[in-house]
Amino acid sequence: MTLTRTRETAAHRAVVSPYWTHRRRDNLVGYLFIGPQLIGSALFVLLPLGLVLWYSLHEWNVLAGTFEFTGGDNYAKLLNDSNLGEVLGGTAMFSIGLVVFNLSLALLLAVLLNQRLRGTTFFRTLFFSPVVVSLVAWTIVWRFLLQADGGINGLLGTIGVEGPNWLRGDATAMVSVIVVQVLKNVGLNMVLFLAALQGVPRQLHEAAQLDGAGAWRRFTRITVPLISPTILLTSIITVVGSLQVFAQIAVLTQGGPGVSTTVLVYYLYQQAFQFHHFGYGATLSILLFAIVAALTLLQWRMRRKWVLYES
Amino acid sequence: MSHKLKITLYGLLCVLCVPFVFPTWWMVTSSFKPVGEIFAFPPSPLPSSWDASAYRQVFELQPFATQYFNSLYIALLVTAGTMVVSAMAGYAFARIRFPGQNVFFIVVLVGLLIPSEVTIVPLFQMFHGLGLTDTHWPLIVVPILGAPSVMATFIMRQFFVSLPGELEEAARVDGLGRFGTFVRVAIPLARPALGAVAIFTFLHSWNLYLEPIVFLSSPEKFTLPQALTQFVDTYGGPMWNIQLAAASLTALPILVVFVLAQRQFIEGLAHTGLKG
Repeated sequence: MTLTRTRETAAHRAVVSPYWTHRRRDNLVGYLFIGPQLIGSALFVLLPLGLVLWYSLHEWNVLAGTFEFTGGDNYAKLLNDSNLGEVLGGTAMFSIGLVVFNLSLALLLAVLLNQRLRGTTFFRTLFFSPVVVSLVAWTIVWRFLLQADGGINGLLGTIGVEGPNWLRGDATAMVSVIVVQVLKNVGLNMVLFLAALQGVPRQLHEAAQLDGAGAWRRFTRITVPLISPTILLTSIITVVGSLQVFAQIAVLTQGGPGVSTTVLVYYLYQQAFQFHHFGYGATLSILLFAIVAALTLLQWRMRRKWVLYES
Repeated sequence: MSHKLKITLYGLLCVLCVPFVFPTWWMVTSSFKPVGEIFAFPPSPLPSSWDASAYRQVFELQPFATQYFNSLYIALLVTAGTMVVSAMAGYAFARIRFPGQNVFFIVVLVGLLIPSEVTIVPLFQMFHGLGLTDTHWPLIVVPILGAPSVMATFIMRQFFVSLPGELEEAARVDGLGRFGTFVRVAIPLARPALGAVAIFTFLHSWNLYLEPIVFLSSPEKFTLPQALTQFVDTYGGPMWNIQLAAASLTALPILVVFVLAQRQFIEGLAHTGLKG
């Protein structure tokens, strides 16, 4: 009944206003539907991006109230910044460590959960649970556990091992930040891998087994190529995500000791909001944007080379 | 599968789940320990006497209930808003043909390349100019319309592209307009994708940390992640038992919801979320 009535009104409308043809109405609805997102992109993505570029050409100290055009001075400062080398090195170490550890652990967990075992749903829930725990809550707990006299060293102590002061040593601080971040989010990649593994046809494995291929060979020659689109997708998400890690660093180490865990976003935050150098902060933002854009494009190009099957 | 292999696999799973479960366990039990016992050696898995005073102090030291409400209402509003915006934009980009469509899609996708840290300085200036710093507006409007919702729009578009169009065409032949088709046919079909978008968006907003500490300055406006780090003594050292109590209060309700709905949760994310 409703449909008949709608049909009548539609026909009626078509008769009274010949201007509103199907095509024109479609165009209108299309623009209305993308309108909010498009306006949002213009206001909160493109305009700020333009402003960042503009700010980066200025010496701008909020406390002193100065805003002067200085052309490329901030970029020259970038090249001569004695901390920046270390910051970028730390950022690269963090990202590489995170991606390698995250993807291999996620794949290992997914393979284990993909065996025909009872109770895998239970374990899947446990491995995934940190994803839904508030990020800062998770980080605070780990900061507590990683204190010199905290839970980790307490556990190590009961088996007679004296643990280091995790968050105070250059290397252990970096490792701690990476591990805490991986444990928080590895469940997400694990679930994506698990879905991909379930899409690998069992017959392929059975056929290879008949031909005498061992488990490891079947994994590297059949499973990995077949799930390569998922490996690419998760690696993109994880790399880009690793460049945005802020809360973990702010809570765990505040970038220390020294600048050993000061990754680029944390350095940017310090320059802009702690030292009030907004101009230089903007310049660092441009650098961060360039790195993220370059990495994303690179990974999309690599897709053609090594991803075998595209769904 | 042999018996031996099975036992090895179970053993491996049990060992691997320790670092995932232990922190939550330690957080909750330590929050009930008397202050002197928190760093005791050897560590005890349970408090010697259960002491809930930290939980009382959480609410005395900060307007924690208000902060809890802030986080919750912001996350819910952002989730609802993002679902509407991304469903409409995703549908239009996938289903409707109109001039300039591809150009606009690429313009929107730029948001995927921009970490929120990049635009935080100018966004702060913009909202400062409007007199909207120390309000919740930037934490609500920017995620719904700006870069964070682009991923949602992308997910929705991919979903609608892969959805067979016959039902919608039938509805249109029956005289339902574009808008009616969208609301009555396309949206009900898109429920799994919308579910994935809702989960992602809620968690994203719930976890926001940089934006609140940049935009907000008065404690009764704070959101939870920001509030958690404020339980410090006069020397700036963390008040551990109180931080852990507040962290437990933040984490546990969501964990309970997750455990109850874990199947829909995980499978929704895996199968519709990110197949693009």
